[in-house]
Amino acid sequence: MPLNSKIPAGPLESKWKTYKSTCKLVNPANKRQLEIIVIGTGLAGASAAASLGEMGYKVKAFCFQDSPRRAHSIAAQGGINAAKNYQNDGDSTYRLFYDTVKGGDYRAREGNVYRLAEVSASIIDQCVAQGVPFAREYGGLLSNRSFGGTQVQRTFYAAGQTGQQLLIGAYQALERQVSLGNVEMYSRHEMMEVVKIDGVARGIIARNLVTGELERHFGHAVLLCSGGYGNVFYLSTNAMGSNVSAAWKAHKQGAFFGNPCFTQIHPTCIPVSGDHQSKLTLMSESLRNDGRIWVPKQKGDNRKATDIPEEERDYYLERRYPAFGNLVPRDVASRAAKERCDEGYGVGASKMAVYLDFAAAIMRYGKIEANKQGQHNADAAAVRTLGEAVVKEKYGNLFEMYEKITGEDPYKVPMRIYPAVHYTMGGLWVDYELMTTVPGLYALGEANFSDHGANRLGASALMQGLADGYFVIPYTMGNNLADDIRTKAIPTDHAAFVAAEKEVSDRINKLMSIKGKTSVEAFHKKLGKIMWEKCGMARNAKGLTEAIAEIQALKKEFWSDVRIPGDINEFNPELDKAGRVADFIELGELMCKDALNRNESCGGHFREEYQTPDGEAMRQDDLYSYVAAWEYKGESQEELHKEELIFDVVHPSQRSYK
Amino acid sequence: MEHNTMNLTLKVWRQKNNKAKGGFETFNVKNISSEMSFLEMFDVLNEQLVAENKEPVAFDHDCREGICGACSMYINGRAHGPWHHNTTCQLHMREYKDGDTIVVEPWRADSFPVIKDLVVDRSAFDRIIQAGGYISVNTGNAVDANSLPIDKQKADESFAAATCIGCGACVAACPNTSAMLFVSAKVSHLALLPQGEPERQLRAVKMVEQMDTEGFGSCTNIGACEAECPKGISLENIARLNREYISAIMDGDSTGA
Ligand SMILES: Cc1cc2nc3c(=O)[nH]c(=O)nc-3n(C[C@H](O)[C@H](O)[C@H](O)COP(=O)(O)OP(=O)(O)OC[C@H]3O[C@@H](n4cnc5c(N)ncnc54)[C@H](O)[C@@H]3O)c2cc1C
Ligand code: SF4
Ligand code: FES
Repeated sequence: MPLNSKIPAGPLESKWKTYKSTCKLVNPANKRQLEIIVIGTGLAGASAAASLGEMGYKVKAFCFQDSPRRAHSIAAQGGINAAKNYQNDGDSTYRLFYDTVKGGDYRAREGNVYRLAEVSASIIDQCVAQGVPFAREYGGLLSNRSFGGTQVQRTFYAAGQTGQQLLIGAYQALERQVSLGNVEMYSRHEMMEVVKIDGVARGIIARNLVTGELERHFGHAVLLCSGGYGNVFYLSTNAMGSNVSAAWKAHKQGAFFGNPCFTQIHPTCIPVSGDHQSKLTLMSESLRNDGRIWVPKQKGDNRKATDIPEEERDYYLERRYPAFGNLVPRDVASRAAKERCDEGYGVGASKMAVYLDFAAAIMRYGKIEANKQGQHNADAAAVRTLGEAVVKEKYGNLFEMYEKITGEDPYKVPMRIYPAVHYTMGGLWVDYELMTTVPGLYALGEANFSDHGANRLGASALMQGLADGYFVIPYTMGNNLADDIRTKAIPTDHAAFVAAEKEVSDRINKLMSIKGKTSVEAFHKKLGKIMWEKCGMARNAKGLTEAIAEIQALKKEFWSDVRIPGDINEFNPELDKAGRVADFIELGELMCKDALNRNESCGGHFREEYQTPDGEAMRQDDLYSYVAAWEYKGESQEELHKEELIFDVVHPSQRSYK
Repeated sequence: MEHNTMNLTLKVWRQKNNKAKGGFETFNVKNISSEMSFLEMFDVLNEQLVAENKEPVAFDHDCREGICGACSMYINGRAHGPWHHNTTCQLHMREYKDGDTIVVEPWRADSFPVIKDLVVDRSAFDRIIQAGGYISVNTGNAVDANSLPIDKQKADESFAAATCIGCGACVAACPNTSAMLFVSAKVSHLALLPQGEPERQLRAVKMVEQMDTEGFGSCTNIGACEAECPKGISLENIARLNREYISAIMDGDSTGA
């Protein structure tokens, strides 16, 4: 099947405008007859469900948490980008587009990225209108900060809780539609299968997680807004429940999986403290605005950070990348940290950490404050106190979180940080209309592969989730449903629903009947270890080949030895987790295959065989300037399809942040 | 950090489902590292139970970084345990010492019925938001975000109220199981912003009505909610809610006109 990305013709700046003014519309009376299923209530799902409900469609929304407000988007910390140019620092739609394509190491579609940059400004307007309390300046206008991979200040934020505030805005819009009767909300429900009729997605099988009952739901269209799959690595910054199952079920029903190996490892997370570790906590990238990253110049230096004099510290990012310094993109910063630790310069008990130090920022801000208050001769202690207050206002909640977890006070000693799995650029392949290769089945937000290429820039996921949900899907949905206005709701006693439900129930019964000896958790940990060691920050052909064999063996072991206590027809989190881990195992294999296929390094995908003499990622544009879209062909069988990437405007070059 | 290990006794509320009668069950856990989070200690317990072919203890959790509001344990008589401004998931075991006994219960409130073990149904909070906890603006109608400057202090206060994570600790901590802190946080968040102004009165009235319908108790100014709230939502919000509510009622209509 040839992949058609459906990018509208014409110059980059007018593609989306042309699409919007020529796409088909559905009249209000017909919208009321059209039903849409939305899986997920994160930024993508909540914004889509609310907007589609407002437009008059009949929407059903699902999430596995007890409330839509708890979707993983709630945890986003640092901010959201938008090309507003409020700081008058030369920002523009084009520049945001350019930074994103470059940041993604030239593995994203120009048309999609341009549209994202174009709608970014409206997102901020929409959120402010909903009452999202972004940070403001004394003049009452919105404040901005910088994020990695850019030289302008275009990031809007609400302290270190930007995701929370944006999601609460979208959640409230969603609840408003629930109260108006336009959206029906199904919390504590998990989508188990996509139901296709005549090749078109027409509904889902869901499981009520409280009673264990299976339910059938019809929809003229199904939207997957189910988030990313970073938890395939077991340890990641994602929430515990984040999973790939909805996307994976869709994949097995014919939706191609795009660039599954593109994973983002975030440079600044709290390091692992022991085997008990269940998740890793991010320390927002915004901290790199003010924190300086360093390791001792001397290998194995065991002195306390504060005892190491300035001249014996190696600020390695500032040294290697003077133009961007501590604000290089994430993939670059992560690899540089790994390189220092692998070479023996790491700090802390495990030696797998580097310092993120605020001492200089505290003193700098303290001096400014002292001057503002007319205390020109303030002593160091007074300056420090004033500076700490400024830092507290900017990052207070992050510092508090760090202290709770580590027991150390980051105002006094530098933070210890290390890279951790954070985001997945890969996901379901979608066209310009966000439709997967299964007609009627869409993917939005982190669940799709679309806009970030091989590396996502900070503060761009929130932007993409909301762009997809508020500003893209309302148009593209109409364009497709306009042809469906004569399709009556299909009763759920249709053979396709019956068969799908049986499939789901058989699988659950099979899982429960294994009655083996090993816990789900233990399998998940084993998978995570394979993935982190062989498909993590650095990959090579030998390791990936081994990983594929190991994962296949793990899959066999899982299906013969997993132990799931409890019953099917009750609240049973172990059973929920078992289904998710089973899917992660299959996905893990595909990720390794994809990584093995891609004989180049780009963005977060670093193949050790392909690097420049100074250790930078080396792309092979003549061979791999394509999206790898994988088609499921049966157990462990995947066929590769290629979508060539065409760059009309930006010319791929080796990214340089020096 | 220096770390040590400890052995603990846990008395945990077990309840098969909403209909079943619950009771405490005692467990011993060994070699708990002081570096673990409280929920990681529960992971250890649950792995132990699975190994013994017993049912693990069900509890709500997701982000494990204090922001989603899912976790909800009542620990030694305190919602989210002993630390100030803290959620259960962010409580760490360095708080405890070898030999300690810890009693863990679910949130106790009629409006939060138990689903299983430590998991309760907090959907009443969603219904309170549905009653009016929003600004009625459709997608695509917004003016430029900077067209309306907002006094920084007001914006900051609004933000402080908006940081509520909807965990329900305020209800669990309150002897009357009142939800006033939660409701007032939302009313304040929106009332402090010019965008929230048009629906200000109606919102307060509708949300309070729904709160009563859900069966939450009344507020008698005890202040246990503020003391246990992980996000430090202040009692001043309750005072503001009372003012908003009274002025709406005094205006004699609940249409907010
Ligand atoms: C700690 C952290 C900090 C971050 N900070 C930033 C930041 O500052 N800026 C930025 O731009 N990005 C940030 N990101 C990334 C960003 O938060 C996410 O990419 C984004 O929020 C994903 O939104 P989403 O709507 O696609 O999915 P999610 O918010 O993950 O929502 C997924 C939804 O799908 C539901 N779901 C999943 N599977 C099923 C199923 N089978 N059945 C039913 N429902 C299901 C869930 O219940 C949930 O409602 C951060 C990420 C992390 C982990
Ligand atoms: S007010 Fe505080 S305790 Fe109550 S729900 Fe909100 S965050 Fe939780
Ligand atoms: S698990 Fe999210 S707040 Fe505790």
